[in-house]
Amino acid sequence: MSEYCLELKNITKRFSGVEVLHGVSFTLRPGEVHALLGENGAGKSTLVKVITGVHQPDGGEIYLNGQPVRFDNPHESRQAGIAAIYQDLSLFPDLDVAENIFVGRQPATRGGVIQWRKLYAEAEKLLASLGVQLNLKQKARTLSIAQQQMIEIARAFSLHARILIMDEPTSSLTLNEVADLFRLVRRLRDEGTAIIFISHRLEELFEIADRVTVLRDGFYVDTRPLSDVTRDELIRLMVGRTISNMFPKQDVKAGDVALKVENLSRPGVFENISFELRQGEILGMAGLVGAGRTDVARAIFGVAPPTSGIIQVAGQTVQIGSPQEAIRLGLAYVPEDRQAHGLILPMSITANISLAVLGEYARRGWLQDKAECEAAFAAARQMEVRAGHIWQKARELSGGNQQKVVLAKWLTTQPRILILDEPTRGIDVGTKAAVHALMSKLAAEGIAILMISSELPEVLGMSDRILVMREGRMTGHFTRAEATQEKIIFAATQSIHAGGVQ
Amino acid sequence: MSAQPTPTSRSYRIKAIARFREAGISLFILILGVLVALRAPAFLTLKNFEDILLNISILSIVALAQAMVLITHGIDLSVSSMIGLVAMMVAFVMKQAPGFSVVAAVLLGMALGAVLGALNGTIISYGKVPPIIATLGALSIYRGMVFFYSGGTWINSFELPKSFKLLSKGTPLGLPNMVIIAILFAAVVYFFLNYTRTGRDIYAVGSNPEAAQMAGIRRQRIVFLVYLLSGIASGLAGVLWASRFESAQTNTALGFELQTVAAAVVGGVSTSGGAGTVPGVLLGALLLGLIENALPLVRISPFWQLAAQGLLILIAVVTDSLISRSAKGK
Amino acid sequence: MTLLPSPDIESSSKSLLNATAPRRTFLARFQRWEWMLVGLIIVVVALNSALSPYFLDAQNLSRTSSDFMEMGLMMLPMVFIIVTGGIDLSVASNLGMCASFMGWLFMAGVNIWVAALAALALGALAGFLNGTLVARMKLPPLVVTLGTYAFYRGVAYVLLGDQAARDYPEAFTYIGQGKLFGTLIPFSVALFGVLAILFGLVLHKTTFGRYLFAIGNNENASVYSGVPVARIKVIIFTISGFMAALAGLVLAARFGSTRPDIGNGLELSVITAAVLGGVDINGGAGTMTGAVLSLFLIGLLRFGMGLLNIQGQVQGIVIGLLLILSILLPNIARTFSGKGRKLRRQSVWAMVAFVVVLAAFVAFFFWSRAAVLIQ
Repeated sequence: MSEYCLELKNITKRFSGVEVLHGVSFTLRPGEVHALLGENGAGKSTLVKVITGVHQPDGGEIYLNGQPVRFDNPHESRQAGIAAIYQDLSLFPDLDVAENIFVGRQPATRGGVIQWRKLYAEAEKLLASLGVQLNLKQKARTLSIAQQQMIEIARAFSLHARILIMDEPTSSLTLNEVADLFRLVRRLRDEGTAIIFISHRLEELFEIADRVTVLRDGFYVDTRPLSDVTRDELIRLMVGRTISNMFPKQDVKAGDVALKVENLSRPGVFENISFELRQGEILGMAGLVGAGRTDVARAIFGVAPPTSGIIQVAGQTVQIGSPQEAIRLGLAYVPEDRQAHGLILPMSITANISLAVLGEYARRGWLQDKAECEAAFAAARQMEVRAGHIWQKARELSGGNQQKVVLAKWLTTQPRILILDEPTRGIDVGTKAAVHALMSKLAAEGIAILMISSELPEVLGMSDRILVMREGRMTGHFTRAEATQEKIIFAATQSIHAGGVQ
Repeated sequence: MSAQPTPTSRSYRIKAIARFREAGISLFILILGVLVALRAPAFLTLKNFEDILLNISILSIVALAQAMVLITHGIDLSVSSMIGLVAMMVAFVMKQAPGFSVVAAVLLGMALGAVLGALNGTIISYGKVPPIIATLGALSIYRGMVFFYSGGTWINSFELPKSFKLLSKGTPLGLPNMVIIAILFAAVVYFFLNYTRTGRDIYAVGSNPEAAQMAGIRRQRIVFLVYLLSGIASGLAGVLWASRFESAQTNTALGFELQTVAAAVVGGVSTSGGAGTVPGVLLGALLLGLIENALPLVRISPFWQLAAQGLLILIAVVTDSLISRSAKGK
Repeated sequence: MTLLPSPDIESSSKSLLNATAPRRTFLARFQRWEWMLVGLIIVVVALNSALSPYFLDAQNLSRTSSDFMEMGLMMLPMVFIIVTGGIDLSVASNLGMCASFMGWLFMAGVNIWVAALAALALGALAGFLNGTLVARMKLPPLVVTLGTYAFYRGVAYVLLGDQAARDYPEAFTYIGQGKLFGTLIPFSVALFGVLAILFGLVLHKTTFGRYLFAIGNNENASVYSGVPVARIKVIIFTISGFMAALAGLVLAARFGSTRPDIGNGLELSVITAAVLGGVDINGGAGTMTGAVLSLFLIGLLRFGMGLLNIQGQVQGIVIGLLLILSILLPNIARTFSGKGRKLRRQSVWAMVAFVVVLAAFVAFFFWSRAAVLIQ
């Protein structure tokens, strides 16, 4: 009887002749939280898809509880007790909470008639046993991401999944929600469930995981207990080199006020937002997910203009009614959701980079292909995008490279004000450092940067000044010198009604 | 130790609006009814109500099937041709064999419709042809088959046996048979969609097809099923149509498909899938039938009818989209 | 300046971008779909000229080509709309409304050219209404144009009732019936040709065209990138309305008269032609060349079948089959070439059952029909 509930031996996988997994081995014990770590493109998702049966390995074996198995589709792996929770959640937006948990297997009489009362009762019992409180009749569409994740976990639990795979579960969660999630994960672990935990947030891994396996470029590198390894060692294993200076220090010589907003409001979303942004400085916006920071960014950029308040660009009061106008005023916005809002995946790298300034490559509307090509190539080159050629489709790139394309696109507009929304989310360590270095360089060149980030180390390390938002209001404003993690967290979580911090 | 959300005013508003939607249509119908009754008292007679019900029976049946297709984020534009083809074929049979049992005729019609629907389902579900294209093609193909089949002729009233005509209009149970059939059909569909796993699977597939697949739902089968059901419903409708109008012509039910989509959409079925209710669709059909009935009663010249109908459909459809959009919180 | 530390040898295998990709010639851009259409056209021409001596007759071809120009005119903006992921079901009703409007004005004594201009304006206005509802009120195009499909046709009936507008002056009917001086080319074909080139250039060579593809592939990202999405949508629907009116003028000129049901059902042919031409119904892909080729194909097919005395509606069977097979066959080919998966036993039984049922249906079809028609 194997000590492992899941064992992968020498797994190889090929796509269209290209080998993406080279003889990867992996073991999983019941009742452990096993982290899976690696840069984007290292093969983590592919490995997970092999485990869940989305893909079938071209070489190697899979053993479940000591028995060799082969999953031809995800359904089979589910039946075998393996459940996966991905970043793009697989919930049904139009169905309610209870039905989402029991989709496909609603309790029914022998004749096949669904017993709704029983369904709701069981759902309630299940959620209660996990310590989750939700309105059972609420449609999944209206729930927050954290709540949706809870339902997914509840569903997996009710399916008696013995192996749970969680892919970047915390990237959209607030600190409290992460704490709740970890509590749930520990509870599941204590009951004997094995959990494969994928995350780029090394601090979290140290908090929740027992062992960690590192992959690099499709190769298996090492497996270590987390009590036995340091952060730097992990980074070195992942990347193959040491990266020092994660957050390059910059020299602040703040220039004129590039952007000033006064009392921006949008009822129900944010209220009385005022701040100044100077050339050459990086203003960090911290806060919990849902605090309204992205909404403020979208308001400034013209996607969803505020209902009241004043925006001044370079001293002039302006009305920004659309992203077009924003771009014309020298603003650029790198969105939070890069695949949905930042890129057009089916189109080429060239087309993506040139999209925001397409008019510059046209004479009276007529596109000059050569000019566009050269400009895009230069921009991609400068950002060191890694791809085969410039006509490659954006969807074929890794997360980090995609973000580089988005940045290349916005830098092509030669902005004076750059708004970055979670610029390093879901990106490997190497590219992250590159992005931070880029930000420093841009600031040094006099560009004003507004950086929205939920990663405290990033906020503290990169910002000259920090704004904190909570429930649509500004609750904190600190300079780099006076900011601490505690102060920011306090400002981000304290109740509005208890009186705000200036 | 909870993930309790702070209930925003927004989520409460959303729930209120969603419940309001069906109430909204009902209200609209009520107001329209009152206005018409004031203008033309003939509206409020039993005979008139019976007329309305007769008019919407066939529409209800096909609209319900169309709704199921729409819920899976598909569309079936070929229903009108399926109705026409089945009507013609069954009429031929009735002409040939006047003694043919009427019940058997209904079953035959449904079987013929099932084959046509299965063809659609196969092409869409297994052939991966987008529904709008597949049913657009089927619309032409099946309609062409009506012409080919009948050789351009048609079946007249006197060529059909009385028993067949009574199928739709006879009133052994008080209400015309057709209305009873429609009510039964609606009841069956309601039960199916709300109390069986397969019925709920239809909503799941429409709401998130990939997740449905991962949850073990046989997505291809479900998609095939809704088009099969659409075929069966169209077959039934074809028999009833021939019976009601006592004829089968090459242009039978021409253009009907858009009415079924309109009835469903007005009734709250979302064209992007995942949402829709049986009562909603019935209300939508009722509204359309009401409009068709009211206009001549209010002495609007027949040439205004189509425009007025169109305008009212437009308003209803736009209003409904607006309401459902805000309910989704976009 | 480098932004990344230099890569290890064992590290990432993907290289940095090297040379720019080679410029693609027009012929190279001629993709598989267009070649398939060309092939089909050749087959159709070969078959039909073998089956009927009247097929390759210049006079006949000239006469029949003008039958499809109204469809063609409406297809040009339809390609734009479908590329952005939308659809316009109201084109034929719009055509009817505008043609009826012109006819009504004419019968009331208005000069034909003034009436024609008024009709064009009405068409643009109707398209503008569609566009505004879709773009500004963010309503789904299918639903909006479904409503206007009914409404505009209704207006046509209000305007003309059960009469027909007729007796258009010859100068006007030239648009639909006349030929270019000294040639066999109908005026409407020349008009279409010029406009097709114009629309094609806009789609493939201008920023406007690039924006259409961007919107069709990812509308949200396009908004965030500063593309004037709402304005573009209003524009293309307005153009669609205008072209529908233009098509209405041509059709009315060709018939020499107008009834309110003019052009009934044409919208489906227009959409069929676009989709058969390789325009992806989900948006984001397609070529004008393909659309025009498919128009040719459909025209030649229908003409050939007409010569063989195959009736109009029955011709629809062939067109419908062509539409479905054009998507179905490549799909089937892809499934079988890709995975090479063995068919499951269940699937085989299902297929057998299906074929049996289908055979029964066909048998019943012919048997029941023969019994009645023979009498």
